[in-house]
Amino acid sequence: MCLALPARVTQVHDDGSAVVELGGVKQRISVALIDDVKEGDYLIIHVGYAISRLDPEAARQTLADLAQLKEGVTP
Amino acid sequence: MKYVDEFRDGALAKQVVAALHAEARADREYHFMEFCGGHTHSLCRYGLLELLPPTVHMVHGPGCPVCVLPIGRLDQAIQLSRQPGVILCTFGDMMRVPGKDRVTLMRARALGANVKMVFGSGDALKVARENPDKQVVFFAIGFETTTPTTAVAVQQAVKEGLRNFSVFVNHVLTPSAIDAILGSKDAVEGRIRVDGFVGPGHVSTIIGTRPYERFAQEHEKPIVVSGFEPIDLLQSILMLVRQRNQGRHEVENQFDRAVPREGNVKAQRLIEQTFELRPSFEWRGLGTLPSSALKLRASLAQWDAEVKFPIEYVPVADHKACSCGEILRGLKKPTDCAIFGTACTPDSPMGSCMVSPEGSCAAYWLYGRHRGTPEQRRTA
Repeated sequence: MCLALPARVTQVHDDGSAVVELGGVKQRISVALIDDVKEGDYLIIHVGYAISRLDPEAARQTLADLAQLKEGVTP
Repeated sequence: MKYVDEFRDGALAKQVVAALHAEARADREYHFMEFCGGHTHSLCRYGLLELLPPTVHMVHGPGCPVCVLPIGRLDQAIQLSRQPGVILCTFGDMMRVPGKDRVTLMRARALGANVKMVFGSGDALKVARENPDKQVVFFAIGFETTTPTTAVAVQQAVKEGLRNFSVFVNHVLTPSAIDAILGSKDAVEGRIRVDGFVGPGHVSTIIGTRPYERFAQEHEKPIVVSGFEPIDLLQSILMLVRQRNQGRHEVENQFDRAVPREGNVKAQRLIEQTFELRPSFEWRGLGTLPSSALKLRASLAQWDAEVKFPIEYVPVADHKACSCGEILRGLKKPTDCAIFGTACTPDSPMGSCMVSPEGSCAAYWLYGRHRGTPEQRRTA
């Protein structure tokens, strides 16, 4: 039930919906819970609604921390 | 798939596992509860339980809304589906959960009830618009992740004056369930040991990380809010091991790419406008918990299926042989249940934990049921 996935916005409509794409699958979803959605944003999608916007900088930092771990350094 | 594949990278996972093995001490035991059923499934699906050091144990939590919904509430939904002129819209997960006398919504439909599977509340609204001569009821279940999506649909129905739409609200609250686990007799008397929590990721996109700070302080348990990919979980478990080793008990956020500390304020406001607390609510396994679930605000009674239709709540005990209750409390593993994989399978489930794609029993059945428990494999 709490299953959700990050998907990229390909189109924003002015009726509070947007089209998102994930692995080639496109779906129209509601963006009623997120302000100022733009094309190219990554949104976390749950039961046809965007519930959160993904922060690319935070994702990059998490991966960078993990890469450091690779070299045996404690982040 | 960006932001998915990176967190499934095998080589990186090996490095995190190596760090876990290096840092988890051999002379102490770590028992962590992953609250969320989605996490349980990732742990099983990617074989992560087998990769953990022998002193790190995962206790599977109650974070599966289909699982914790008691039979009495499901029976009410079945009653609703049998009302003349009603179309009941439900998430697919609920269709096969056995109610009283093992009747399911699927069975009710076969007997003539109008039950429609929907992907979300938006689809239920659509059904209502397309069937103005029918009463359309949305069977709303879920933790805080799903609650705001029901709120959007209700507010939309109000805006459109859609009088043939109503919701049967069964939204439950994560902090109440954590309270129930930590305050339970089993925990106090030491039958369940939880040294820390892998906190729910998607629930936290809505409520943020602040609600957990109280648990970390009062109960001195570390909590790491985690993403759902295998590397997310391994990293979160590593963060928990580090907190235990250093004697810390803080709220940390491994999933900060999706979870801000304050959560989704817009969604919180909408929940506030649409719902109010129920004085108490029965949970499967956890019992009747005060202030642990929501209902529609009294001002929205016209859209409340419990007001609109004569349905009564009658508590029903779980099947005697089913261990769902103990499994949801973290007291048993699915493989400890006498009927797991024999009388109870996904094709013919006895309890909700075998039905839901987030239930622990379904996870153990789907992934590696022929391999025994991790403990059995270690000693083999």
